[in-house]
Amino acid sequence: MDRTTTEWNFSTNVRAGILAVLLLALLVGLWEGLNRAPILGGASAELSEYEQMMAGADETAGVPPPSAIMVRAWEQLSDPFYDAGPNDKGIGIQLGYSLFRVLTGYFAAALIAIPIGFLIGMSPLAYKALNPFIQVLRPISPLAWMPLALFIIRDAQASAIFVIFICSIWPMLLNTAFGVAGVRQDWVNVARTHELSPLKTAFQVILPAAAPTILTGMRISIGIAWLVIVAAEMLVGGTGIGYYVWNEWNNLDLTSVIFSILLIGVVGMLLDMALGAVAKLVAYQE
Amino acid sequence: MSHAFVEVQQAAKRFPGAKGEPDLTVFENVSFQLEKGEFVCIIGHSGCGKSTIMNSLAGLDQFSDGAMVMEGKEIDGPGLERGVVFQNYSLLPWLTALENVRFGVRARWKEWDEARVTEHSLEYLEMVGLKDVVDRKPAQLSGGMRQRVSIARAFATKPKLLLLDEPFGALDALTRGVIQDELVKIWSKDQQTVFMITHDVDEAILLADRIFLMTNGPEARIAEAVEIDLPRPRERAEIVKHPHFYKIRNYLVEFLVKRSATMSPADLDRSGLHYPKSVNPVGEDANTTTPASASSKDAPDDKLVNFTPKETHHG
Repeated sequence: MDRTTTEWNFSTNVRAGILAVLLLALLVGLWEGLNRAPILGGASAELSEYEQMMAGADETAGVPPPSAIMVRAWEQLSDPFYDAGPNDKGIGIQLGYSLFRVLTGYFAAALIAIPIGFLIGMSPLAYKALNPFIQVLRPISPLAWMPLALFIIRDAQASAIFVIFICSIWPMLLNTAFGVAGVRQDWVNVARTHELSPLKTAFQVILPAAAPTILTGMRISIGIAWLVIVAAEMLVGGTGIGYYVWNEWNNLDLTSVIFSILLIGVVGMLLDMALGAVAKLVAYQE
Repeated sequence: MSHAFVEVQQAAKRFPGAKGEPDLTVFENVSFQLEKGEFVCIIGHSGCGKSTIMNSLAGLDQFSDGAMVMEGKEIDGPGLERGVVFQNYSLLPWLTALENVRFGVRARWKEWDEARVTEHSLEYLEMVGLKDVVDRKPAQLSGGMRQRVSIARAFATKPKLLLLDEPFGALDALTRGVIQDELVKIWSKDQQTVFMITHDVDEAILLADRIFLMTNGPEARIAEAVEIDLPRPRERAEIVKHPHFYKIRNYLVEFLVKRSATMSPADLDRSGLHYPKSVNPVGEDANTTTPASASSKDAPDDKLVNFTPKETHHG
């Protein structure tokens, strides 16, 4: 008893870390193991008609095992920026394209959403007037805009950026409006009794007070933008991680598909962590 | 025309009634004057409208009727010459204690450089005994410390009129006592005019030159202005030994417990502008004697009307 208490007296973080690594090992082990099992058993089992027809060629068409993916990851990540023509670019270049589109669309959305959100939050009139538009436009799937964007903008790259813009604008807009409208009247009164100008009140009281809520909206937006860019790039093609996934699927290179799926997850997580860090900076405790 | 420092005339607050119902009058015919350098407390039960009076003086609320004049100018909206200390402190939680005070000082003296603003702010934080915690955020301060920051912020801007909305209502008795002493200290240094809401009779006697007594709402009035002529500087420990203390205290408590509910508005309303009747409980024994106050000298404690404010919040 005494031994266990001293030996297992790690912090929750350490224990959670150990558990996560164990789970990962278990999942990867199962994946690797199940991947080999049919091949081993396949030799003794009777061949089905399909297998006879394919003459055993489907042995390589199974879902690739983790070991193969790790080898591919090593190849790709050790030279991420090579460029061997339109159909063969390094994973770093593809991610770079995607990130550029996401960040451009996202910051353009922030530039519009936050001021308008401020206006809606401060003015009940603006809220009532703009709310019907928001309610109609918000539920539209961002990809539904794609044909219209392609027609009007006539540029695949810019259309993808527009789709990111339109999908990341709503959470930021609504959260800014919500945060601004919810600023405690006491704090506004402090600004009023100190004769702060409307502009100073906005920047010195309302903005810092609403900042955590605004950041929550920005965090939701970046998540959605990263979800949408993959689909958008599958549609517009050419470059980007979404195009890469689809291209490798067309090449029937499942190893690269799985590798890029994992990479999409990691980049999404990093984007979220970056905004989480900013959110921490503006957080306050009442 | 009188030229009091602050003049409130015939103020009233009404809320429109529901369909077919008459308007709800919270208070009306409220007129009073504040002299420069005076410390005035206002006491009354919840719902009598004292917070409305205070917020209107601050410019954050408006009377339905009546006028407010300060130094010959009508009060219209909030202004830096009137500082406010709110019951819930109203510190900006994302700023440190020092930054909160600096916020006020910078708004007051826009031409000052940063160093001067900081120096001035620190001076007032030191006065309320917070020199060592200036870099903490409000969430890291106790309730008493937060209210001290709030008081420092208000006094640091040197407003001509300081409005305190039940500043110690949320504090425990010990903390309250300490901060009351600090308030007296900081007030006697700058001699600002102070108008303060309180529910605490002892606090009012300790601090005030005059105490306005309000009858119960709706249809509340300021019934009387009680003069507190106890010598200054007053100290909490010493003031209770003064022969007049319990006379005044019992007079106030008796008003709050009994007369505030029974005085009718019609008796208090006279035609035209009038100010609340000045009362000195010590001098006007015959008028105001109650069994408790008559015998208070002999048996100071057991026969006192035991007044505990039922509510610390006001409407």
